[in-house]
Amino acid sequence: MSAPMFYVSPEQQVKDRAEFARAGIARGRSVIVQRYRDGILFVAENHSQSLHKVSEIYDRIGFAAVGRYNEFDNLRIAGIRHADIRGYAYDRRDVTGRMLANAYAQVLGTIFSAVTEKPYEVELAVAEVGRTAEQDQIFRLTFDGSIADERDFCVMGGAAEQISASLAETFTVASLPQALATAVRALAADPEQETAVGVEALEAAVLDRTRHQSRKFTRLSRAQLAAALEPVQPAPARSPRRRANRPSAAPDAAPVQHG
Amino acid sequence: MSTSLFLPPSGRPSALERAAADTSSFTEFVARVQPALLPVGGGSGPTADALAPRATTIVALTTAEGVVMAGDRRATMGSMIAQRDIQKVYPADEFSAIGIAGSAGLAVDLVKLFRVELEHYEKIEGAPLTLDGKANRLAAMIRGNLGLALQGFVVVPLFAGWDEQSARGRIFSYDATGGCYEETGFSSVGSGSVFARGALKKLYRPDFNTAKAVQAAVQALFDAADDDSATGGPDLARRIFPVVIAVTASGARQIPEAEVAKVTDKVVASRQRRPDGPEAKL
Repeated sequence: MSAPMFYVSPEQQVKDRAEFARAGIARGRSVIVQRYRDGILFVAENHSQSLHKVSEIYDRIGFAAVGRYNEFDNLRIAGIRHADIRGYAYDRRDVTGRMLANAYAQVLGTIFSAVTEKPYEVELAVAEVGRTAEQDQIFRLTFDGSIADERDFCVMGGAAEQISASLAETFTVASLPQALATAVRALAADPEQETAVGVEALEAAVLDRTRHQSRKFTRLSRAQLAAALEPVQPAPARSPRRRANRPSAAPDAAPVQHG
Repeated sequence: MSTSLFLPPSGRPSALERAAADTSSFTEFVARVQPALLPVGGGSGPTADALAPRATTIVALTTAEGVVMAGDRRATMGSMIAQRDIQKVYPADEFSAIGIAGSAGLAVDLVKLFRVELEHYEKIEGAPLTLDGKANRLAAMIRGNLGLALQGFVVVPLFAGWDEQSARGRIFSYDATGGCYEETGFSSVGSGSVFARGALKKLYRPDFNTAKAVQAAVQALFDAADDDSATGGPDLARRIFPVVIAVTASGARQIPEAEVAKVTDKVVASRQRRPDGPEAKL
């Protein structure tokens, strides 16, 4: 009647699930979240202009993700709802990045250990811009609900290790154009990357503490990006099919699944 | 409260997915998960409007650059002044403003909810609502208050903003049942609105720039306060002046108090010479 059940040790189960999630995330293109002089900068390699990997959650809180689009978009919406209802019931200042990161850690951890569920193939960053640079916070959340408090930057996606190593060498708390240039250069440390990432494949946003409105999140348009990167990097255009030979890449027919 | 808005403990995404599929509206979402938080809702029983303070006059004018909205600062409870410096005009989002007359407690909460509603939609959808969409959303929220309105807790907003599509300022007025009507030129709500509208009829010019429109708005509020006991005039001793918001293509901004004070001082000075205000040509 039912399929025969075999014993699988918890260690093996966790290992298998982690491997599955990692493989999914490794197909995702990278995202950098880093501090700069006036707040927090998000830079993602993203060919879509409308399917965002970086998003606004609340007045001072931003969100970035890699992995399966439908999964992280669900988490993004849940985060916006969580923040909006908390701010409406109490006060806007009662919504914090730490609170949101904790809620995400709970959800991801629960899903990861639920045997009947497939683990989420996502990695998230929640960043909050403070009134002063010392109060800026970047949290990184992995598929199993682990949470890390990052000091200066965090890199997620397939080539996170290489990009992280490259960024660690060049990182300083710099002005926006400089920080952008550093981030874009670090993105090129991806071994799959033949040339620098062009403006047409970049998504960028900032949480800018100098912004007068209470909502500190702003997207940088491609024109703004080009202007900021102009003197530093001429950005040659790349062919859009450069990823086709990545070994673990999903078939081209379903490219939207992994942002 | 913290995790209940996320996935259920089983990790089954069904509830979240269902929720995600059906609404970008904050109000609908709150009504489902925590209805007690909402200011609006049905109500039945005897009228109890004497319990709550009331906010009074709001005016709005379209200009060559967009739209200007202004409100007096008085809230009354019966014949008593409940508050001298209440704020009734707020930016609703970066390109619109809302002013509310009526039951003050509900009105202030409704504004708060409406602002979250607009921002919530924008964040989830990645694009703001159109100006008509915002106006309709507000109409639905007012309609939801009909039960309480019948008991005397009437809330009547005035909504105005910059319309990206037609590149001009537009004004929408409402009734207590949620009827939404677009106004041309200028409009006014609240107990002093009759007098303010009369003043604007004589003062308004469609080619006003923002500065001129601010002057006309302050004049109209002065006339409202002159003839309506529930509308507050400029309080020169305490330096309390109308709240004025201007919305143009570059966004909504509150006119700094110092600027409104200057305009008000001029209006008050001119009224010393001619108490009924500027003379219209026949």
